[in-house]
Amino acid sequence: MKKNNTLTKWIFNILFIVVAFIALFPLLSLIISSFRPSSELMRNGITFSINWNELSLSNYTHIFTQSPDYWAWYGNSLIISSLTIVLSLFFSSMVGYAMAVYDFKGKNLLFLCVLVIIMIPFEVLMLPLYQLMIDVNLINTYIGVMLPLIVAPTAVFFFRQYALGLPTELMDAARIDGCTEYGIYFKIMAPLMLPSFSAMAILQGLNSWNNFLWPLLVIRSNDLFTLPIGLATLLTPYGNNYDTLIAGAVMTILPIIVLFIFFQRYFVAGLASGSVKG
Amino acid sequence: MAELNANNRKNTLPLVKEKKGNKVLKFFNSQKVVPYIFVFPFIVSFAILTLYPTIQAIIMSFQRILPGQVEFIGFQNYERIFNQAFYKALTNSTVYMLLTVLILVTIPIILAMLLDSKLVRFKTFFRSALFIPALTSIVVAGVIFRLVFAESENAIANQIIGFFGFEPVSWQFNAWSGMLIMVIMASWRWMGVNVLYFLAGLQNIPKELYESAEMDGANLFQKFRHVTLPFLKPIIIFVTTISIIGGFRVFEESYVIWEGNSPGNIGLTLVGLLYQQGIQQNDMGFGAAIGVVLLLLIFVVSIIYLLMTGAFKRGDE
Repeated sequence: MKKNNTLTKWIFNILFIVVAFIALFPLLSLIISSFRPSSELMRNGITFSINWNELSLSNYTHIFTQSPDYWAWYGNSLIISSLTIVLSLFFSSMVGYAMAVYDFKGKNLLFLCVLVIIMIPFEVLMLPLYQLMIDVNLINTYIGVMLPLIVAPTAVFFFRQYALGLPTELMDAARIDGCTEYGIYFKIMAPLMLPSFSAMAILQGLNSWNNFLWPLLVIRSNDLFTLPIGLATLLTPYGNNYDTLIAGAVMTILPIIVLFIFFQRYFVAGLASGSVKG
Repeated sequence: MAELNANNRKNTLPLVKEKKGNKVLKFFNSQKVVPYIFVFPFIVSFAILTLYPTIQAIIMSFQRILPGQVEFIGFQNYERIFNQAFYKALTNSTVYMLLTVLILVTIPIILAMLLDSKLVRFKTFFRSALFIPALTSIVVAGVIFRLVFAESENAIANQIIGFFGFEPVSWQFNAWSGMLIMVIMASWRWMGVNVLYFLAGLQNIPKELYESAEMDGANLFQKFRHVTLPFLKPIIIFVTTISIIGGFRVFEESYVIWEGNSPGNIGLTLVGLLYQQGIQQNDMGFGAAIGVVLLLLIFVVSIIYLLMTGAFKRGDE
């Protein structure tokens, strides 16, 4: 009986080693391939056999010295993601907080609106929004790219859930001390909501960093491309830009994986809320 | 930061006390008004970014939109929809949806149950390893999978099938293999997130239930059927619903493999058709009509699914 049990344990542990290998293999193979000559990579794709003598830093020296475009995209992505995090956390947290701690007319209707936004696929709204951006001259601007992400329904929902657990007695005590409602939020309640801010910063940052379809419509000039859009332009069967593409792909995900290793807890909380339970 | 806060407090406190008569300040600080100020950005953004485009999408779907001239044309856009490209896109999106739902619900349940059991060690490591692909942007995933499924016989996918004695395949040029790449890509990226959902559900099951089931002599399958499954049901329904919706919305997987134009439309999806007609061909009215059809399709299928599970539940109990 006992022997049987250790055997199943072995089988399942080996199974998970295989599963983990399958999950990590594509990224590992990308990283290894980024040291292979780009012409050879284009000809053969990602291969099992590695010619160790061929490996070099040439793709990276190329991207650091010959690809100013890539760094412009990197900068755009950094700016857009940071601004999206700051703005969307500021607005979404206030909305979620107000919906949790105050009683006011229309509160339930507002909550219904949050759920409606979560349910309507963005692709359906895309064309009218695109037309709107053209009409108000926000095509090819940072603001145009960020706008749909700024008041994020998932973040509002998450902040609301979190704020429902806040101690409201503190609010009354602060009011007696003469603190304004805004003071209560910014000085007392918001600091208490800090873990939810971390989780949502990661969710919003990741969404913005990886966002594809909307920036694809809104951005038109090469110097304003974000990383995903810029890299996608290099994804051609005939392209001779595989050096920038492969090294660039690695450098697009590396910072995220490093952040993940340090802030795993918040990543998990953030992404698990990514699609909200109805 | 702390200093700033302290300064603010010093300033605001006397201000409120001194100007008690200041009606404007009092108005903006009353508990009746404050919540509306807090939610104001949301109301504005809901109106501009959701309500307006929803209504506008429906209106546009009845229009012919040319630069500087818009004309109502009744149901003509809808009549035009039902052509060969649309059926191709509908079939592709539906097949993709069915396959991803099947893979991304069943396998994560099994993995989550094993991770939740005492049988597997290094749980945190395995959970993280499964989760990391979710951090990858679709374009990077596209770079990887295009090179893994490259045409060359030396590329990994062809090496693997070669090991089983098959000839090399031009993965990007066959309908079945193109679908396979898309499904594998999506499964790779989202497996870990779904495992997390199921793990959270499994951790809510009281351990005593398993113990009492064991005392009643239940075997492994019976425990799964009568203890695990009923508890997981809400999460299964949730994950299935988001996978159905996500499946019908597929676009990016196709775009990064074929840059929007697949040979013989083997990778054309409903959103891809919307993008092609609405943006590339600049036929916004027609694109909007495709969007409305997509919205209806998602609503109808999700509601049918939810009704089915609800009815199933009533019959079961």
